[in-house]
Amino acid sequence: MPDKLSILIVEPDKTRAEAIIDSLAETGDHHIRVLSGSTGLARSVAELNPDLVLLDMANPSRDAIDALTLASSPLERPVAMFVDRSDDSLTKAAIEAGVSAYVVDGMQPDRIKPILDAAIARFHMFSRMRSELEATKRALEERKIIDRAKGILMRARNMSEDEAYALIRKTAMSQGKKIADVSQALVTASELLT
Amino acid sequence: MRTLPLSVGFMPLVDAAPLIVAHELGFAEEEGLALNLQSAPSWSTLRDRLILGQIEAAHMLSPVPVAMALGLGGLPTQLDALSVLSINGNVIGISNALADQLSNAAKTPDFLDATAAGQALAGLKAPLRVGVPFPFSMHAELLHYWLAASGLNTAQALDVRTIPPPLMADAIATGEVDAFCVGEPWGSITVENGGGALLLPGAAIWQFAPEKVLAVRRDWANAEDDLTGRLMRAVWKAGRWLGQPDKRTTAADILGWPEYLGVSTEIIERAFSGDLLINARGKSRHVPRMMEFYDGAATFPWKSQGAWIGARMAARFGLDRAASATKAAAVFRSDLYRRHLGPLGADLPAASKKLEGALSGSTTAATDSGHLILGPDRFFDGQVFDPSHPEC
Repeated sequence: MPDKLSILIVEPDKTRAEAIIDSLAETGDHHIRVLSGSTGLARSVAELNPDLVLLDMANPSRDAIDALTLASSPLERPVAMFVDRSDDSLTKAAIEAGVSAYVVDGMQPDRIKPILDAAIARFHMFSRMRSELEATKRALEERKIIDRAKGILMRARNMSEDEAYALIRKTAMSQGKKIADVSQALVTASELLT
Repeated sequence: MRTLPLSVGFMPLVDAAPLIVAHELGFAEEEGLALNLQSAPSWSTLRDRLILGQIEAAHMLSPVPVAMALGLGGLPTQLDALSVLSINGNVIGISNALADQLSNAAKTPDFLDATAAGQALAGLKAPLRVGVPFPFSMHAELLHYWLAASGLNTAQALDVRTIPPPLMADAIATGEVDAFCVGEPWGSITVENGGGALLLPGAAIWQFAPEKVLAVRRDWANAEDDLTGRLMRAVWKAGRWLGQPDKRTTAADILGWPEYLGVSTEIIERAFSGDLLINARGKSRHVPRMMEFYDGAATFPWKSQGAWIGARMAARFGLDRAASATKAAAVFRSDLYRRHLGPLGADLPAASKKLEGALSGSTTAATDSGHLILGPDRFFDGQVFDPSHPEC
């Protein structure tokens, strides 16, 4: 077995790919390649001949990689395992983090583990970032709705901005609803009436 | 009755309908189940989630549990098919270039004529690159069966590639493959986008192909008999509801929601009604039994269906055919079907296996309590599969 492991990362997002490369570099000196497209994936894997393939579970092209585990032609690289069959907990951890890893048969588990651990940590970070981004987006959306609701009240009832907000908040509290929901209702009602 | 939560995975396809309907129209709730439906990005991910216990049940390609029983692909685990979710539903499509080639040579076959279509493809320059969604799928089995019987040397002249259903339309439009076999709505989407034309419905190759099954882990089915029964009843009732033609529009509406398929109701309805648009010029054709959820004991998991899949797969992967057919037959749990669905009045045939491909029309068959009507199940080449002699 060669000293350097050749690792193929299938990741269309360049920033993510680079982050994964960085974290893998800490586990040793590997030969890392990145594939960004989904077309001809199977062929590229066969040509690049990697020891390990890493891809996001959410990537629909995973099936194409999985199909390679059945490749019987000697020209094609037998990517023969999903993670490592002997280590169920590692497999579970990888799947929960959203990594799918295909490892060539016969590779020693102790060489794979640090790499997978690094990938798993990186993927957890990505999913946290994704949730944060979604939360931020939602907060921004809510902000916009509340601003529109305030505007409606300011025009319709000749209120100041503070008074409008106070009224929305009071209504929300008395109805046991979120400020954003009360605002949304007001905006919808106003759209229907004008 | 206390409502119990159950996580169920599915792929965004029209034939996930029984699970979606069971959840949305209250059939699951009626059985005391709260289904948590989870869309999967790929068949391998869906399979692994099931195997690792992240979901309890799945909308699954019928050959996947068979492949697991034969030790092909994935982490070794026993899966069972509790019932068949749908019969038929696939279409074979070709690129515009190939369609032009056939039309220039005046060889455009009739849409329902599998013999003519097979000969037309076998007569083209080899190799033929064909996309299927997964190596273990009715798509792959039908394709191999059909093209081999049409005289194509499938080992040499057929290049089968795995392409996820939502990417199939792109693959044909960009010339990555010459043809595909895929489940609806993805064939119709290809026509809609102008990327290719439909050549043949899967039903023209085998009239009664078990397309998707309700799959669970065998150890789960053994340990959770009550839950297994509730799930089977909820899904069976949904299938019976889907079998009524006047429910199609409602069903198509629900499936179109963004959390399920996110596709227009009109396109989804084509699969339900069998009225397909087959090319971008607007030619349409009606496919009898395009997709079946109830009629003709559609959901009964025949052991002979499992045996057929097992024998075909064994031939392709170089395994012992008789032993594989036996293992595969055991995956189709007609015993659980009888026990859990019999009391509801589901059609129960007297035997759990039959000759596959022997019925050319609707046929009355004996049952435990009287008789039922079985649908036609012929193969296009007239072959009959006898599960007692799978090596033939």
